[in-house]
Amino acid sequence: MSGGPRTEAKLTETPEFRLAIIAVAVFVLMAALSPDRFLSPQNLTSMAFQFPEFAILALAMTITMMTGGIDLSVVGVANLSAVIAATILTAFAGAGMVGGAAIMWLMIAIVAALTVGAVAGFLNGILVSRFGLPPILATLGSGLVFTGLAVAMTGGSAVMGFPAVVAVIGNSTIFHVPVPLILFALLAFGLHVLLTRTGFGLRVTMYGANPLAALFAAIDVDRILLKVYVIAGMFSSVAGLVIMSRANSAKADYGSSYLLLAVLIAVLGGVNPYGGYGRVIGVVLAVLSMQFLSSGLNMLQVSNFARELIWGGLLLLVMVINVTNWAGLRPRRAPAKAG
Amino acid sequence: MGSPDSAVLVEMTGVTKRYAGVTALDRVDFAVRPGEAVCLAGENGSGKSTLIKILSGVEQPSEGAIRIGGEQMRGLNPRRAASAGVMVIFQDFSLFPNLSVAENIAFASELAEHRRFFNRRAARETARKVLDRIGVDIPLDARLEQLPVAHKQLVAICRALACEARLIIMDEPTTALTEREVRRLLGIIRLLKDEGVAVVFVSHKLAEVLEVSEKVVVLRNGRKVAEGPATEFNASSLTRHMTGREVAEASPGPFNGAGETLLTVEKLDKPGAFRNVSFEMRRGEVLGITGLLGSGRTSLAKALFGLVAPASGRITLDGADVPLGDPVAAAHARIGYVPEDRLTEGLFLTQSILRNVAVGRLDSHERRGFLDMTGLVGEAADWLARLKVKTPSIAAPVTSLSGGNQQRVALARWLSRAPKLLILNGPSVGVDVGSKAEIHDIIRDLGAQGLGVIVISDDLPELLATCHRILVMRGGEMVDEIEGGSITEDDLSHKLAS
Amino acid sequence: MTSLLTRNETLVAVVIVLFCILAAVSDPNFLTVTTLSDLLRASIVLGIFAIGAMLVLISGGIDVSFTAVAVSAMYMTTKFSLAFWPEMPWYLIFTLSVLLGAGLGAINGLFIAGFGLPTLIVTLGTLSVFRGFLLTFVGSDRISALPPDMREFSRMVIARGTTEGGDFYNLPWSLAALVVVVGLTAFILHKTMLGRSIFAIGGSVESARRIGINVRQTQFFVYVYVGALAGLAGILHGSMNRMADPFSLVGLELSVIAAVVLGGARLIGGYGTITGTLLGVALIVLVQNSLIVIGIPSTWQSVTIGALILLGTGLPAYQAKRAAARAG
Repeated sequence: MSGGPRTEAKLTETPEFRLAIIAVAVFVLMAALSPDRFLSPQNLTSMAFQFPEFAILALAMTITMMTGGIDLSVVGVANLSAVIAATILTAFAGAGMVGGAAIMWLMIAIVAALTVGAVAGFLNGILVSRFGLPPILATLGSGLVFTGLAVAMTGGSAVMGFPAVVAVIGNSTIFHVPVPLILFALLAFGLHVLLTRTGFGLRVTMYGANPLAALFAAIDVDRILLKVYVIAGMFSSVAGLVIMSRANSAKADYGSSYLLLAVLIAVLGGVNPYGGYGRVIGVVLAVLSMQFLSSGLNMLQVSNFARELIWGGLLLLVMVINVTNWAGLRPRRAPAKAG
Repeated sequence: MGSPDSAVLVEMTGVTKRYAGVTALDRVDFAVRPGEAVCLAGENGSGKSTLIKILSGVEQPSEGAIRIGGEQMRGLNPRRAASAGVMVIFQDFSLFPNLSVAENIAFASELAEHRRFFNRRAARETARKVLDRIGVDIPLDARLEQLPVAHKQLVAICRALACEARLIIMDEPTTALTEREVRRLLGIIRLLKDEGVAVVFVSHKLAEVLEVSEKVVVLRNGRKVAEGPATEFNASSLTRHMTGREVAEASPGPFNGAGETLLTVEKLDKPGAFRNVSFEMRRGEVLGITGLLGSGRTSLAKALFGLVAPASGRITLDGADVPLGDPVAAAHARIGYVPEDRLTEGLFLTQSILRNVAVGRLDSHERRGFLDMTGLVGEAADWLARLKVKTPSIAAPVTSLSGGNQQRVALARWLSRAPKLLILNGPSVGVDVGSKAEIHDIIRDLGAQGLGVIVISDDLPELLATCHRILVMRGGEMVDEIEGGSITEDDLSHKLAS
Repeated sequence: MTSLLTRNETLVAVVIVLFCILAAVSDPNFLTVTTLSDLLRASIVLGIFAIGAMLVLISGGIDVSFTAVAVSAMYMTTKFSLAFWPEMPWYLIFTLSVLLGAGLGAINGLFIAGFGLPTLIVTLGTLSVFRGFLLTFVGSDRISALPPDMREFSRMVIARGTTEGGDFYNLPWSLAALVVVVGLTAFILHKTMLGRSIFAIGGSVESARRIGINVRQTQFFVYVYVGALAGLAGILHGSMNRMADPFSLVGLELSVIAAVVLGGARLIGGYGTITGTLLGVALIVLVQNSLIVIGIPSTWQSVTIGALILLGTGLPAYQAKRAAARAG
């Protein structure tokens, strides 16, 4: 369905086009600043290993923002999923296990992690749809619960000692393409198709544009919201598995800066936090810009703290630029309140 | 420059307002005397809201002059207008749901006095005085959100009076009121007039306030087309001036009352909304349901479409039970509902015309979840063409359409689902008079094609022009059933109110 | 009229009482002056934060950046004092921190009141900007050699002693800061037009604009005031812990917001009371410090707080939804 209000605009006026330019510009800038290191195969590969974990969280954020909501529990869900998967792997498999048995336990751990994501998302969805809690509060509270459960299970320390095969998820390549990148590409493509080619996707967009009108148009809004948060939860658990595999351990407080990053990428990618507009391609371009920037800053020996500063600054800058666009897209129901 | 007429409170002379090439107001003269009530009538887009905005200082005129109390007002802004005593009561009243009645009344006047500190007792005192002045008793400490609509309006009037209003402009003052509340409002207006406060009613439905008004001013396409004593106008002459033509309403299409039973409603009950409602309707029938605000008509309409869950009762369509309180199931049973408030309930304003129609047909064009775009787009385009929606592109935002065309988009969404029963709540609210007649044509056509149509409305000419039968609700109950064509507007209006 | 029973304040108070009864039953030492004075001490910083966060919620926004404001103001003030004027008297140290906090709050105000951006996303952004700036450009070392007067302040007590039963207690002067903040905020909220305007904006921005309230100016004030409170809470935290730790405080914002929403402030704006907020703070402090007393391991702390948020806000939301459905 190409009937969005933006189709009337020329390609060059779309936020996605602006983003593509930003992504290329950052890439060129970083390549120019440090050509031999930034363009080296090692750097390019390491970038491809680094970004998928938070990029997948950004996809989870995107789909909830499309409904005018937000999911502040993504990192909590990721860590809880990882901790449960890790507990299964250490308790039943252990570091020394190889072969078929190890693969079987990895599969079980993956299924368990995805189930945790789905259940956590279901809980969020119920709180938002049936209980009518504002998504900010619902996911803030549930996020504390998920993180808290991970802390309670582990006592706050890292769970480690997996079979070697676990590294496949986060640290291996297929035809020279890093597996996390493949996972991200599959999920991004899947979400793109879901949002643009299915009835569900259009319903999500319409709900985000005007929840009340969606109710009057006989859209089953509770079910839509439930599915949205379940999808967000399962995406988060995939991210959790990638993080676990790359770190070769699971811990309740991994990736604590990823929440900000996920919100930043979604907003940078042109998703309207008031709901009703967002495109996966924009989010992908935003992810790439962020990774080029962050990698480049890394080469320039900029500290992690400075990166946090730059990310936050970027978020504010993008919002100021976008604010004029949103003014026209803001649904009537949403006065400029907590968003 | 002659000396200004000292007996005139507010005077606009030759006021013109242009927005980006569009002339919203064209050399309009408008005057109000102290203690006078003026009806400012006009359709949507006639320029009446622009006139209010200029009078209250929200907008500046492109040409022309404004005098308030004989003083020339240049660069009028809302604060100066307010301190000169010009107050606007908007349709939504602009009150604060979380604050007390006393504070809602006193807030604006205390701001105007540039106070820095807030004194609860003084605020209560101010509020008490104003409430006494219009002889109304509303608990001062009640939170505003707990009051009924009519009381909120009185609070808004009190707030204006607390600011020493000399002219109160009321935007669509009667739409949300029951007949009794309208009468109380008119009593208060008379009181204010006696005290020298002037009132301007702005509305496209003015019959109710004609009796307290001295003067009527009609705007059309930004021009003043009629002005005269209120006694010279009645509902039909107002309509003629507003539209510039005689709108001869047709009568309902033929209906022999023979067709099969389509809908049976049995003992539908919802405490606090409606009681023991039972009726039947047949295929091809256009059934009107009317009643004053608060009579339960909108709750009943919503209940038929599952948006409100009745406590007990039964709805059957074509012999099959329709699950209660489930809009998805109702839509599945091929019931359609076009809500009253197009902008918040009916349309997805940020989305395209196309999507606004297509959203009704997603399930039929889904194969394993995937949409058949070509089919969906083709069908939506087809329906937009059949309903004669005028637009250069169906991919344009739905906000680019006029009120009448927007209403057709909402209709197209449901008609494309081939409904058996279509419920139209206020089908011509906020639609200009010309489009209104065309929408009535569509309603009569739908009946002729064998659909059941329920028209919920308090617009009596509309009901008389479209419905074969009219059910009257009062206090949550069905109190009367009238064959269309057997009753005049006046009689119907008495049945509603008595 | 909302009856006393359904109000959040009452519910929270009941939970607090139940908690205390349970705790007293399982540990007789719980109900002593020592515990009370410890809990009071622990409530000071959280309480000042919560009053600020409540103000933002009443105005219809949400702020998650105040912990970063607090830690930045505290650390910068400490650094400044150590570098230029180690003998700086404590009241000037405090004033400087409050001013720095207000300045950082003004940056929030600029984006929110000036550009009209969504408050959650803006403050998520400024949270990392403030913290990133602090750790990159100001410093990332923990400083335990504080300016003498700052250390001295933490030793100044209103009352200290031992009860007849041998329980030790100590009420620091920093408690007076909380009392002053509560008093000042109550005065602003209930006795000034500015305070009533904050409520009005939270109730309806559009109506506020129409009756001539300067919405931007009011919002701007809210964020500056919250920044100032954060600056105060930050320096108190540093002084009471006798260490300026640039990694502290951030992360506490969720508990603070939890306390405020438990106390009855609503995310949609316009509602919130100081009593409710203080009760919410008391409950959160109990959970953070005494969970173990009622037999729940302290690793379950954040589960408990999260569950309290969900229950404390979910039940009223559910009731409101049901009431709306009944009204049709």
